[in-house]
Amino acid sequence: MYEFQYHRATSVADAAAKLAAATDGKLLAGGQTLIAAMKLRLAAPSDLVDLRAIPELRGVCPDGDAVVIGATTTHAEVAASPEVRARIPALAALAEGIGDPMVRNAGTLGGSVANNDPAADYPAALLALGATVITHKRHIAAADFFTGMYETALEPGEILMAVSFPAPKRAGYAKFPNPASRYAIAGVFVAETAAGVRVAVTGAGPGVFRVPAMEQALEKRFAPESLAGLTVSASDLSGDMHASAEYRAHLVGVMATRAVRVALGG
Amino acid sequence: MKLSLKVNGRTLEAHIEPRTLLADFLRDHLRLTGTHIGCDTAQCGACTVHLDGRAVKACNLLALQAEGCEVTTIEGITPEGALHPMQAAFRDHHGLQCGYCTPGMIMSALDLVAREPAPSRERIREALEGNLCRCTGYQNIVSAVEAGARALAAKG
Repeated sequence: MYEFQYHRATSVADAAAKLAAATDGKLLAGGQTLIAAMKLRLAAPSDLVDLRAIPELRGVCPDGDAVVIGATTTHAEVAASPEVRARIPALAALAEGIGDPMVRNAGTLGGSVANNDPAADYPAALLALGATVITHKRHIAAADFFTGMYETALEPGEILMAVSFPAPKRAGYAKFPNPASRYAIAGVFVAETAAGVRVAVTGAGPGVFRVPAMEQALEKRFAPESLAGLTVSASDLSGDMHASAEYRAHLVGVMATRAVRVALGG
Repeated sequence: MKLSLKVNGRTLEAHIEPRTLLADFLRDHLRLTGTHIGCDTAQCGACTVHLDGRAVKACNLLALQAEGCEVTTIEGITPEGALHPMQAAFRDHHGLQCGYCTPGMIMSALDLVAREPAPSRERIREALEGNLCRCTGYQNIVSAVEAGARALAAKG
């Protein structure tokens, strides 16, 4: 790992100022992706601004029909949160399936969302539930937030503070995990929300995406059988040593069906 | 840069380079070499320690991220001249072959049983997802954790 300057921020304003003063600064939350990338010298920031000592960025708090989760809340905390388990059990289950226990005890919601790894679990939940990303400058709808592989709508220096998840009528998440990393080879989050049914896919392509044909079919009847015969085209999907694009396309259908079953309580 | 934390119940202050990993701080600065570095890429879990009571991989955290926290290593759970019930269970059930992964296995197992005092074999396997044993002695490791959990529950 190359040398860097370390700063511990005491407030969001302090973090923004320290980040702005750095030549090539990065925010540090759990560090489960960033520290590993720095060790491999894939990332070499001049400065790290640690957000973990900022109390208002951590925790889960109900807000009307939504659940607002602070950026530095760990995956384990999301999984164990009584509010999340009661209102959005599919989100708690998703958090419980990220990586392994030690990663879940350190890795954070905000870190995962801001990194937008194409195989991360959270982006599918944000997109399917119609979540809102709250930064220190503005609110961004999930549909506008994930812009490409490892790319988001966050501007340089913009700090992700929390994500607000509206509670759905019902939802389910199913993923086919990479057996080593537990990242999604294909993961599908299905949610029946006030705005209709949404089906969001992660892991299969270069970024999270919705499947309108499946949404329309489930809108007519919310049942696993509604998805029979519906597939996504392999042409836009990723193929690698773990799974071909055609196999991922097949998995999207299988995982979507399983996610509907989960949403229906099975 | 200054670091203040508690390690195995002892309050410490140290001056370290920001890029010092928690695993290296424990091993090289404090000479607590029971925390092993197996893969150094956050996959094998040999470096597992407790940070404020939860299992984390010490090779994938900066030591500075433990500022103000309580760190417990395998040395911290071992009574003077004796074995912790979970360590004794690993010995009794031959839950190790080369032993390199054992400290990490035990720290993960203790995080599990602190929250679930009587885990099923399936839950034990899930909880050890982040700990790799390259001797592949998983059957006995699961039996050891099961027995260690029972011993701890009996002890109260």
